Amino acid sequence: MPPLTWYLYVSAALFCLGLFGMMTRRNAIALLMSIELMLNAANINLVAFSAYLATPRLVGQVFALFVIAVAAAEAAVGLAIVINVYRTVRHINADEINMMKW
Amino acid sequence: MTGYQFAFIAVSAVTIVCGALVVTLPNILRSALFLAFTFLGVAGLYVLANAEFLAAMQVLIYVGAITVLIMFAIVLTQQLMGAKIRHSSRMWWIGGPVAALAFAFLVKSFVRPFQAAGDLVASEPAAAGPGTLQEIARLLLQPYVLPFELASLILLAALVGAIVIAKEDKD
Repeated sequence: MPPLTWYLYVSAALFCLGLFGMMTRRNAIALLMSIELMLNAANINLVAFSAYLATPRLVGQVFALFVIAVAAAEAAVGLAIVINVYRTVRHINADEINMMKW
Repeated sequence: MTGYQFAFIAVSAVTIVCGALVVTLPNILRSALFLAFTFLGVAGLYVLANAEFLAAMQVLIYVGAITVLIMFAIVLTQQLMGAKIRHSSRMWWIGGPVAALAFAFLVKSFVRPFQAAGDLVASEPAAAGPGTLQEIARLLLQPYVLPFELASLILLAALVGAIVIAKEDKD
């Protein structure tokens, strides 16, 4: 069986990919996809720790379920905002949406 | 190397390669497609950690719902057939080193200590017995029943909020 650290390496790599996407993308939907990558990395950690404790407990999986529920709510509201912004300014480039900047 | 370790390396390679494609591909629709494969890879990692219920939820919610939602939003907001749209900014030369530094920091301060923590950490994941799902249900409905109900409230609020925000103003 793979040791716990392998999961942690994969999770760290996925989190940093999401971080890279957050810093380099300018499309608002691509930013949301990067956020989903980082949330998934956190979930991998929760599930791995839950399974590899010396006395295993399933609380980590329950917490990951809550994270999934909140991520679904975040995706729905975020994409609704993106669609509304597109209707107003006809693009969704996050670095050009500066109407509220004085 | 056992079969489990080989399967882990294969699944995690698929996950990370597809994740890298998600954040680098210039075509946003292809990014969303590879996002679905990344989610499937994460579900495979859950299965390897004996979390089958969570893997099923991952496939249902992320692959089935969130990816489709993202694709709908892309189709509604991009002129896909129009002129070439610049999706990435020119910040990759600073984003790449910062992400690499963050990875090095995570490995040094977060992953390495768990290699030394031998007595806290089991060498194998806990076997998924027949009572795993019952235990998750017990945790959700006895000690964590308040967050469980709050989660449904959050989902309802997000549902109503998303409809109100995305609705077109008639006036």
